Amino acid sequence: MMADWPILSTTIWLPIIGGLLVLGSGDKSPNVSRWLALAFAVLTFLVSIPLWTAFDSGTAAMQFEEKAAWIPDWNIFYHLGVDGIAMPLILLTSFITILVIIAGWTVIQKRPSQYMAAFLIMEGVMIGVFASLDAMLFYVFWEAMLIPMFLIIGVWGGPNRVYATIKFFLYTFFGSVFMLIALIYMYTQSGSFEILDFHALKLPLNAQLLIFIAFLLAFAVKVPMWPVHTWLPDAHVEAPTGGSVILAAIMLKIGGYGFLRFSLPIAPDASHALDWLIILLSLIAVVYIGFVALVQADMKKLIAYSSISHMGFVTLGLFIVFRIAANADAPGGAVLGMEGAMAQMVSHGFISAAMFLCVGVVYDRMHSRLIADYGGVVNTMPVFAAFMVFFAMANAGLPGTSGFVGEFMVILAAFRADFWYAFLAATTLIIGAAYTLWMVKRVIFGDVANENVAKLTDLNGREYLVLGLLAAAVLALGLWPQPLIEVMDASITHLVQQISVSKL
Amino acid sequence: MEAILLTIVLSPLIGSALAGLACMRVSRAWAHWVTIIGVGISCALSLYVLKLYALDGQAIYNHPVYTWMVSDGLRFEIGFLIDNLTAMMMAVVTFVSLMVHIYTIGYMHDEEIGYQRFFSYIALFTFSMLMLVMSNNFMQLFFGWEAVGLVSYLLIGFYFKRESAIFANMKAFLVNRVGDFGFVLGIAAVAMYMNSLDYAEVFARAPALKDAQVNILGGVSWSLMSVIGILLFIGAMGKSAQVPLHVWLPDSMEGPTPISALIHAATMVTAGIFMVARMSPLYELSETALSFILVIGATTAFFMGLIGIVQNDIKRVIAYSTLSQLGYMVVALGVSAYAAGVFHLMTHAFFKALLFLAAGSVIVGMHHEQDIRKMGGIRKHMPITYWVSLAGTLALIGFPGFSGFFSKDAIIGAVHHSEIAGSSYAYVMVVLGVFVTALYSFRLLFLVFHGDGPRDGHAREHIHESPWVITLPLILLAIPSVLIGWMTMEPTLFGDFFKQAIHVAPEHDVLAELGHSYHGQWGFILHGMMEWPFVLAMAGLLTAWVVYLLKPEWSERIKNAMLPLYKLLDRKYGFDEFNQIVFAGGSRLIGRLLWIFGDRKLIDGLIINGSAKSVALLAGVARHVQTGYLYHYAIAMILGLLGLLTWFVYF
Repeated sequence: MMADWPILSTTIWLPIIGGLLVLGSGDKSPNVSRWLALAFAVLTFLVSIPLWTAFDSGTAAMQFEEKAAWIPDWNIFYHLGVDGIAMPLILLTSFITILVIIAGWTVIQKRPSQYMAAFLIMEGVMIGVFASLDAMLFYVFWEAMLIPMFLIIGVWGGPNRVYATIKFFLYTFFGSVFMLIALIYMYTQSGSFEILDFHALKLPLNAQLLIFIAFLLAFAVKVPMWPVHTWLPDAHVEAPTGGSVILAAIMLKIGGYGFLRFSLPIAPDASHALDWLIILLSLIAVVYIGFVALVQADMKKLIAYSSISHMGFVTLGLFIVFRIAANADAPGGAVLGMEGAMAQMVSHGFISAAMFLCVGVVYDRMHSRLIADYGGVVNTMPVFAAFMVFFAMANAGLPGTSGFVGEFMVILAAFRADFWYAFLAATTLIIGAAYTLWMVKRVIFGDVANENVAKLTDLNGREYLVLGLLAAAVLALGLWPQPLIEVMDASITHLVQQISVSKL
Repeated sequence: MEAILLTIVLSPLIGSALAGLACMRVSRAWAHWVTIIGVGISCALSLYVLKLYALDGQAIYNHPVYTWMVSDGLRFEIGFLIDNLTAMMMAVVTFVSLMVHIYTIGYMHDEEIGYQRFFSYIALFTFSMLMLVMSNNFMQLFFGWEAVGLVSYLLIGFYFKRESAIFANMKAFLVNRVGDFGFVLGIAAVAMYMNSLDYAEVFARAPALKDAQVNILGGVSWSLMSVIGILLFIGAMGKSAQVPLHVWLPDSMEGPTPISALIHAATMVTAGIFMVARMSPLYELSETALSFILVIGATTAFFMGLIGIVQNDIKRVIAYSTLSQLGYMVVALGVSAYAAGVFHLMTHAFFKALLFLAAGSVIVGMHHEQDIRKMGGIRKHMPITYWVSLAGTLALIGFPGFSGFFSKDAIIGAVHHSEIAGSSYAYVMVVLGVFVTALYSFRLLFLVFHGDGPRDGHAREHIHESPWVITLPLILLAIPSVLIGWMTMEPTLFGDFFKQAIHVAPEHDVLAELGHSYHGQWGFILHGMMEWPFVLAMAGLLTAWVVYLLKPEWSERIKNAMLPLYKLLDRKYGFDEFNQIVFAGGSRLIGRLLWIFGDRKLIDGLIINGSAKSVALLAGVARHVQTGYLYHYAIAMILGLLGLLTWFVYF
């Protein structure tokens, strides 16, 4: 019975329908919208749990597949399915959405129903992105994602939100146009929009290179990679806390997911030929962006830059595979790097969400994001300070927290590709700790800096709940990452085998 | 066995959680009782384990607890390796920790906030340190390594309102991270070439790679084992505060005194020593790495000791002494006398913890005065503190018969016999270091306890001996500080206590050479009293006595006579200024340049907003064409037609 139930469709459409209902409930009684939104978010999470519990981690094949004709004339199907790469990201999405709903509970006073609805719809659409096996369906979800996020920043954002939304929209839209062209080209070659058919498509190097670059433009903007990253700090600074959380925790992962689902398997030879470029950009992200983060005066900008720097580990882990395979001294390690990248994505989902929520907590009280306006918060908010220091340590990759897992795996793998990759990547141990702890020192520690800080009140129950759940997730993943690695192992191993065979 | 080991590790953790998570809601007594019981259980069982290994000859225990992760065939595990080395470390860690826990009840008595937090932290530290020493693999070692760093960070910044404290803790963490940077790369190298993180497997595979070469910088070949050895040692340089990564340790004195004793003297800072000793099968394969270690250690041992002479803060004098003593331990490692290094680690753990806790007792007695120039003559008021301090000081300078004598003389003897590159430099440094050690140690003792005493008679009246919770741990630490060397030297240095844990290549085995002339403790003492180090130690003691007690006016004169040297030492050779300007300032400058010119001007200004502007510009031009006037369109059509006609006619 379980197998017949369309779990994926449910996880996609349940929140979307819920979102429409919440929207319909209007703003007359905000509590109704809030509870309704929470109910749908929790329900969606519960529905998504079987994806994990009933998942067969022994196979790399797609699971929970659903297929129905959508536009038969063009061979477009409503085709869903997940493997060990997509499934953890879907669970991450449904988990984080609950937290976002709770975090926005009373903070959002302006049009609360629309706010809640936007996040629920966003959730469905993002899960759709991860679950699509038809490229057209993927593309539709991919572009649809922009709309709620555009609204979230544009309606509930800060003073400079118009600039930020336009920048965000144009940047990401610019990237995805090229992806559409690539998808259509592959349709003309294969006669189908099935992503798995694309994987099998034999393409000459030239075509692969063009496809790779087209995808790169789309995914690099999403990740974001240097130098197409400048929309992210602006978007974060203007976005409401919930928007930042979704942006950092989930949307950035879609870029990394794109590389895994499209670029690498469809254009393995081009990936191989251009891996130096991605490695270079990743290392720039880790080092350059780390230094930039150091000098930020705005907490959200600092965390945004920190996100970019951490995402550098994801792209690095994904694209060192060819170098590792080419290194005769290395006893494997390609899978290690890729699993590290995945672990980093999931972990960053928790930690960046937590960091933005922490900033949100103090922003709601002080209405300032500037580090200089704070100081000595621990005196008035000791519980909050404990959480903040914990998440800061996780952000700095302390062992025992999830932040360590991915970084450690990627550094170990990078060493097998080239000593200097590992060397540069490992500088994050110093720089990452420097910018994070320096911020903590100036915001959390010290004597009470001013009257506003003196008037702060510690976490309320909702905030405690949200940060507590994230802390539990960060610790659990840090102390025992095996369950996560296990579900993705077959899929990643399969992918590595797939890309190590030339298509030429 | 597994149940015992898990209890040892987890009981401090549970104590920490019970005291910490409920933080301000639990009473002070509850906080110290749960942690003391937790650490007490741990200590009792550790002593039991030590007995099993030291006396009953228990076999090595090496088993995983759980599999953290398996990826790409590489197993990451959490597990325990217990042998004589680990058993000794466990006993030292838990015993000193227990003493510090009890002592803290008295020391923190007047602390209004943070009492519970403090106990929670030190119990958490005990857990982390145990995880570090009991690990059977590199990953868990790194776990413990970073976890003790975290607790150290939290404790240095314990008085979080004080700017100097929160600067010091960040500095400590970051400098340690520089070491960890090397450490992680070393682990990555081990994982790549030995394809395992398990000690036993790595050590088994290492000898085959003795002659392996790696290319790091175009064309130049490096010996793989040297690369691994040096990278791992960089981690030890951070944690064990070796030059030039020593800068954080003196600043760490911002933390409360009990943790200076526990973390920054007895246990955490010796993690690097322990690590190298544990990795002896790797280090024995690279003389380059050993020489590197030797030179770094010798430099630290002598030059950091010199700074100790000019410090006036009671805790900082001891901190520089710790740096210097860590240097001695590292020197021992460098000449492959790992057992001597670990032996000194143990004796030092007792007498240095004792000295720190005694200093804390003085600080409490003096109402939080730490400047030794304002002390003096408090021998009469604090007799117990005085006598234990004297015992600790004699152990520190290596007075014959005291614990430090055996360990330090063994190190100096080992260096003397060593033929490794750098050993003659190291020999000079460690021998001269003995004079320096005696000088600063007795300077401290004389200035604090002897002489006329503070000028402020009112303050003197209020000085009194500390309560029993403070003096009891002092006495309990003084006993091993005096006796442990005599009792354990023979098996640890010349016997086979460390035989299974520490591997020394026959050609490096300086301790065996030293052992040829060893005929019992008395012989060792008599022999030691005829050697240079003893003479130098007495000379140092005498100098301190003359300059600081007999003719106090001389100290100022000597200072003025050697002003440039004094200034150099007073500024600690300028390491702090250099780091502050070059590394901290440099990073901020790079960050600002990259941000302003890279992100804002180039990417956003030129490319992003530039393309937006050029679109606007083009649109502006194009707009002029669409005027809406019919005759403009008409003329455009006519011109177009003309153009087309011309095209067709001529081409």
